[in-house]
Amino acid sequence: MSASYLDNNATTRVTPEVLEVMLPFFTEQYGNGSSMHSFGESVSRAIRRARGQVQALVGAEHDHEIIFTSGGTESDNLAILSALEGAPRRREIITSTVEHPAILALCAFLEKSKGILVHRIGVDKNGLLDLEAYRAALSDRVAIVSLMWANNETGAIFPVEALAEEAKAVGALFHTDAVQAVGKIPVDLKSTAIDMLSLSGHKFHAPKGIGALYVRRGVRFKPQFKGGQQERGRRPGTENTPGIVGLGAAADLALRHLPEEQSRVRAMRDRLEKGVLQRVGSTILMAGTSERLPNTTTIAFEFIEGEAILLHLSRAGIAASSGSACSSGSLEPSHVLRAMDIPFTAAHGAIRFSLSRENSDADVDRVLETVPGVIAKLRGLSPFWSESGAPQAEAFKPVYA
Amino acid sequence: MWDYTDKVKEYFFNPKNAGVLADANAVGEVGAIACGDALKLMLKVDPATEIISEARFQTFGCGSAIASSSALTELVIGRTLDDALELTNQDIADFLGGLPPEKMHCSVMGYEALQAAVANFRGVAIDDDHEEGALICKCFGVDEGMLERAIRNNNLTTIEAVTSYTKAGGGCLTCFDRLEETLVKVNAAMVSEGVISVARAYQPGAFDPRDARNKSGKSKPVQLGAAPARSEIRVPPATHPAPHVVSPLAEASAPRMTNLQRMRFIESAIEELRPFLQKDGGDCELVDVEGDKVLVKLTGACVGCQMAAVTISGVQQKLVEKIGLPLRVIPVK
Repeated sequence: MSASYLDNNATTRVTPEVLEVMLPFFTEQYGNGSSMHSFGESVSRAIRRARGQVQALVGAEHDHEIIFTSGGTESDNLAILSALEGAPRRREIITSTVEHPAILALCAFLEKSKGILVHRIGVDKNGLLDLEAYRAALSDRVAIVSLMWANNETGAIFPVEALAEEAKAVGALFHTDAVQAVGKIPVDLKSTAIDMLSLSGHKFHAPKGIGALYVRRGVRFKPQFKGGQQERGRRPGTENTPGIVGLGAAADLALRHLPEEQSRVRAMRDRLEKGVLQRVGSTILMAGTSERLPNTTTIAFEFIEGEAILLHLSRAGIAASSGSACSSGSLEPSHVLRAMDIPFTAAHGAIRFSLSRENSDADVDRVLETVPGVIAKLRGLSPFWSESGAPQAEAFKPVYA
Repeated sequence: MWDYTDKVKEYFFNPKNAGVLADANAVGEVGAIACGDALKLMLKVDPATEIISEARFQTFGCGSAIASSSALTELVIGRTLDDALELTNQDIADFLGGLPPEKMHCSVMGYEALQAAVANFRGVAIDDDHEEGALICKCFGVDEGMLERAIRNNNLTTIEAVTSYTKAGGGCLTCFDRLEETLVKVNAAMVSEGVISVARAYQPGAFDPRDARNKSGKSKPVQLGAAPARSEIRVPPATHPAPHVVSPLAEASAPRMTNLQRMRFIESAIEELRPFLQKDGGDCELVDVEGDKVLVKLTGACVGCQMAAVTISGVQQKLVEKIGLPLRVIPVK
């Protein structure tokens, strides 16, 4: 039996259909889209088609609102740097404490070296944004608001459509890092006030190294690379044609499978989540009461450490990930779980399972068969765990929940 | 993915000497749940010969922490205490065929636990660590004494290495200046003793603390924004324990906590739990605290209740969570 890959928020497999569409663009249609010959012509047609497919997935009004980039990090950087350059008198950014490092590291840099004031809005224990703090931070000094659509670690969804309206009211641009949301939940940009959106191909079965930035028509965009006229001069550099074509094909597939994400993938996730919580006591579901992505569940197993859990799961053929310090190479647990004020007793033992439409019920079965034994084994080693409280602790839990 | 040796994997997946040693007469506890790893080492020592006949461990931590703990027990069984004290963290790492540099602190934890257990057996308080050296890294409870030992035992000459071996500086990094001072001081002493060359010794300013955390990616410290007055960096509160402390609760709750304060702390934690028990017609009162044992009396509906053991373990977990150290809640009649 092959391994159960439940780490789709980290990255996904390129599906065979996507790969098949890409292959001719390496060895047959290898022309430069800018060239005036048949090689170039077929390439520019393929790029135009892919742009339309991405446009459809995010519900953009115009296809020229899609700029192809190298992925989420580049898109995030372009959005924020462009917004600041475009509004030199606005010297503030609003973001949240649970953003991806692509946003947080850039904001820290801008704060330190460019004197930009960064408002980092906190979240509560369920990962919900502090709306009062958000409103208090909004002003005509804010150049851009950047808030993620869905959190990579917990799957918690921010109400970005509503948040964007509030930003618009003070004349600030609104950007959303939707890398985890696109392809998993419906996105219809033309009916929102969102000005910019980042997406990344490898999160929905396209290859790594390709992504896009949506820039609403009329939004002032300041290119951050200087070069040729590709992407209407907004992102110079010869197009990554195989990547773009792959992104388009993956976008098309994702759009067609969107209902399946809401039904079959969600059902698998729910069964996994409920099953683990039923079988194992002293667990906490992260952002459990918030609206979440249909594919993600993060469960904290108290009194044991995440890396140890992952090693055991991996040996049993299950690939998941952890917010724990030890597995990431840093020494502190995830900034997201800490921002949510999750106690250390639990944050160190948080495990994320993220599914995709490529998973099956057999994967869920395997998790449910494997996890209780792994947790019991590690808790047996833990000085913080007492045997008498093992499975029955469930009965006691509601008291302190 | 860490590049663990086969030996590390073997000792992680099938740890030797795991569990509680009921008749241990030398116990060392280091680390805390807040820090992400903790180890309780239990030894049975023949008082006449001082030979360690049995050793067991309980560990909260990652793969290499569990493997290091198990390796430690294998290394000490059969040795005399004096022999065992000769072991360094490097011996533990060598036994396992090496550890990734970022994981060397797991072997240091084993070393510290052994020192603590021997001190416990001999009735020596080794809190002089704290007296001779101030607490430097508050995030991970690392003091000067521990830093100096790690630097000397492993010939460390860079800030990154010190962080990998001790965790010091892996959190908020407000301790950077003192961390650097300690490394400079110890390296200078090592140069004058001829242990390392002048060229290898750390030079002040050689490391820019702003680069410190870029590598780890995820844990970039987030500074407070202007508007939301929300604390982002959560340094474990002062009541959280410093690692490598000998007697579990006695030293650990806080370096500066008196006996009385500690008991009050436990008392107030139990008071917080009582309303929940009372809601179900039960109750719980604190009888006494002896070392790491918290003696409580269950009353009301709790008496004779099938779930009493679960209640006790719930109270215990709640206390552990609050205090951050292993302790046992024991019901008394």
